[in-house]
Amino acid sequence: MSGGTSTGLYLRVAAALYLLLGLTVACAFIDMGSFNIVVAMTIAVAKAVLVVLFFMHLRQAGALTRVVACAGALWLLFMCVLTLTDFLTRN
Amino acid sequence: MSDDRALVAHQFETAAQQRSAATLGMWVFLATEVLFFGGMLMAYTVYRVMDAGAFALASHAQNILLGGINTAVLLTSSLTMALAVQASAAGRRRRSVLMLLLTMALGAAFLAIKAVEYGQKFAEHLVPGVDFRFAGPGAGAAQIYFILYFLLTGFHALHLTIGIGVLAVLTARAARGRYTQAYHTPVEVTGLYWHFVDIVWIFLYPLIYLIQVYR
Repeated sequence: MSGGTSTGLYLRVAAALYLLLGLTVACAFIDMGSFNIVVAMTIAVAKAVLVVLFFMHLRQAGALTRVVACAGALWLLFMCVLTLTDFLTRN
Repeated sequence: MSDDRALVAHQFETAAQQRSAATLGMWVFLATEVLFFGGMLMAYTVYRVMDAGAFALASHAQNILLGGINTAVLLTSSLTMALAVQASAAGRRRRSVLMLLLTMALGAAFLAIKAVEYGQKFAEHLVPGVDFRFAGPGAGAAQIYFILYFLLTGFHALHLTIGIGVLAVLTARAARGRYTQAYHTPVEVTGLYWHFVDIVWIFLYPLIYLIQVYR
């Protein structure tokens, strides 16, 4: 379950994470209006996906583990969407 | 082979089944952790939507550089943690211990930088409570920002502290050669937890530090 990833791949993933960190800081200094948060969260999700797939070995994990991992994200999505449909549409 | 059998608890058929059960258990726990931090982030989102200007102003009291360095420190700790799991799985004891120690050191460095930041908040009267002082409009919303800041980063730091404690136990056991190619599940499962704590910070950094910094 954990034997498949080489040191070189781990280093490349880490390099990609540092690059994305630099990108998110750089983008924060550009005025994109309400798109700043969209860009910042897109980069954060990309970083999280890299960590989950490579560092947490979800790439090599079985179907059941993948379903459970996605379930956490799915319920979070339910909470965000249902709450914001209220708060963003008041008045 | 007799060594392998001894490490498999009686309710499991094989070592592989035991390992996948342990991994699945950690993922289930992490799903509850997603919602634990998710609830606080939801509160953050709602209050930020209600007064975006005040949140931006309040966030400008944060030190982007220290937060950025801490993000890099935590990302690096995830790399060393992944390498520790890899070394344990390969049965390389010395490398495994070294990587676990590095991971702990990076975790401690993160907490040290966080402590400096907390100290600055106290000095600048930005800790919510009777001594909270914030110039300009939206002081109420700014105080909510700092309540959420301490809540989110505090719980994150608590998780990291627990992680360092677990790693200390793992390091001691790894040094005594407890983890082999056949049995290294505790390192693997602790790695999952450590990476999750890293992911939480990946979201906290832009949400807390990087609000309208161009202003």
